[in-house]
Amino acid sequence: MGVMGAVFRREFVTYFITPLAYVFIVIFLALAGTLTFFLGSFFDRGQADLQPFFAFHPWLYLLLVPAIAMRLWSEERKIGTIELLLTLPISTTQAVLAKFLAAWAFTAIALALTFPLWLTVNYLGEPDNGVILASYLGSLIMAGAYLAVGACFSALTSNQVIAFVLAALVCLIFSVGGTPIVLEFFTGWAPSGVIDTIASLSFMSNFRAIARGVIDVSALVYFASVIALFLFANVVLVDLYKAR
Amino acid sequence: MIEIDRLCKRFGAIVAVDDVSFSVARGEVLGFLGPNGAGKSTAMKIVAGFLTPDSGRAAVCGLDVAEHPIEIKRRLGYMPEGAPSYNEMTPVTFLGFIASVRGFSGKEKRRAVDRAAEMTRLGEVLNQPIETLSRGYKRRVGLAQALLHDPEVLVLDEPTDGLDPNQKHEMRTLIRDMAPEKAILISTHILEEVGAVCTRAVIIARGRIVADGTPGELEARSPNHNAVFISAPAQTLRTLAPILRELDGVAEVAVGDNSLCARPREGCDIHDEIQVLVRQRNMLVSEIRLERGQLDDVFRAVTTGGALTGTAGAETAED
Ligand SMILES: Nc1ncnc2c1ncn2[C@@H]1O[C@H](COP(=O)(O)OP(=O)(O)O)[C@@H](O)[C@H]1O
Ligand SMILES: [Mg+2]
Repeated sequence: MGVMGAVFRREFVTYFITPLAYVFIVIFLALAGTLTFFLGSFFDRGQADLQPFFAFHPWLYLLLVPAIAMRLWSEERKIGTIELLLTLPISTTQAVLAKFLAAWAFTAIALALTFPLWLTVNYLGEPDNGVILASYLGSLIMAGAYLAVGACFSALTSNQVIAFVLAALVCLIFSVGGTPIVLEFFTGWAPSGVIDTIASLSFMSNFRAIARGVIDVSALVYFASVIALFLFANVVLVDLYKAR
Repeated sequence: MIEIDRLCKRFGAIVAVDDVSFSVARGEVLGFLGPNGAGKSTAMKIVAGFLTPDSGRAAVCGLDVAEHPIEIKRRLGYMPEGAPSYNEMTPVTFLGFIASVRGFSGKEKRRAVDRAAEMTRLGEVLNQPIETLSRGYKRRVGLAQALLHDPEVLVLDEPTDGLDPNQKHEMRTLIRDMAPEKAILISTHILEEVGAVCTRAVIIARGRIVADGTPGELEARSPNHNAVFISAPAQTLRTLAPILRELDGVAEVAVGDNSLCARPREGCDIHDEIQVLVRQRNMLVSEIRLERGQLDDVFRAVTTGGALTGTAGAETAED
């Protein structure tokens, strides 16, 4: 097991030592279920698919993912273990990646635990499982983008609450960018190129593109770029903290 | 093994480390002394590669810390101030994690963890969450972490802070036992530590080195070094004081209620002379004692900027 593997494992296991993991998973599943069945009128639509379920994911992630990410660096800064971690033979980039991947793996587990919904639609009808799989993958990649934002802001402060609020705020901006309300606000006076750019930079529209079931390369590239950008900022912030 | 050359580091307006240079060789235990806020931790963080200096250079095992950060971290065992560790883990999982990051696996890893746990006597608490441990045990976990890979160079920031006298004694014994094969840098603001474990001491105040020498040399810089201390009835002291003041070697005589202290002129030995004199005159004294000089006095004098009498070999960094 390499250096990154060791850090990854520690981070991942830590989620399950503390109650955080269980609280998070329960809230995630409860909210996912409630939103899908009540707000999303899962049964009334009379269609066997998970469209309403996935439609709520950006909103779920908006609050829940920053909660997972907030402790990644803030806690290390607060307790002082960041000094321990960064004086072990590991580069900042390796530490940032290992922590991010651990949090992402944890989100993947939470997401995978929604499988009873998938079983339900398959029991009720004959959904297009290819579309569902694509949606799951899209959702996971989108979660990665939210996580990268959260990890980055976690490195900015030793206060987890501040890290959470800032991350949620930035996630909100990235999320609502693609909603009709925001786009309508620009329609009429802003050039259509600007509107298209805003829409194309939002998590929602890119997620919708993947969730349609066709592998949308530009959406994948988009999320990968967001992740890379914020993880790079994360590395810079940690190095700045050291160079302070 | 550790070389620090003209290191400077400031935090905004605060100059934490100001032109500090020293080196630690194998077999040496260098005590880094100074009042709180003197800049000890900052200098140690730079050696450990956690902070980047504004100017100057730190090297470990001949490698520049800035140029080979990963390599020096491999060679160095570092316990940060307060011995931080992951509270939700147990000592065994924590040390296992450190071992994995340091590249141990399988049987080797178990051996390294066992060895570190044994050296620091973590036995009974190995499977107890670190957050439930007493301060002394937490400190030992921090030390075990630093020792795990049997590094040639150890940097320990206040290893005995917050320990009870027995634990302090154990910690010092451990450090002394390891000393011959390693270069060890420890910081402390407890002076008794210096005589107990250090082969050399560097005193730092407001970021600058104000004294550097062996514990003996530093003691020799005390104004009370080689002073003669006499306890006797007040009557006797009144007769004795003027006689002592007449002696060539005596610089100063201070008389208290039931005691007297005669400080020698630089380089003079007045103890024997006074003893003979007191015996010849059949004076009734309960005690005649030669003062070696207290490190406390030296420490207070150099860290509060006061002038020192006596200059036994140690240099100051004033320029
Ligand atoms: N991260 C920091 N930001 C600002 N000032 C700091 C920081 N760390 C230390 N200092 C300041 O630098 C000086 C030296 O601190 P430190 O090296 O911790 O001293 P010591 O370990 O000798 O008690 C102090 O005045 C302290 O307030
Ligand atoms: Mg300190």
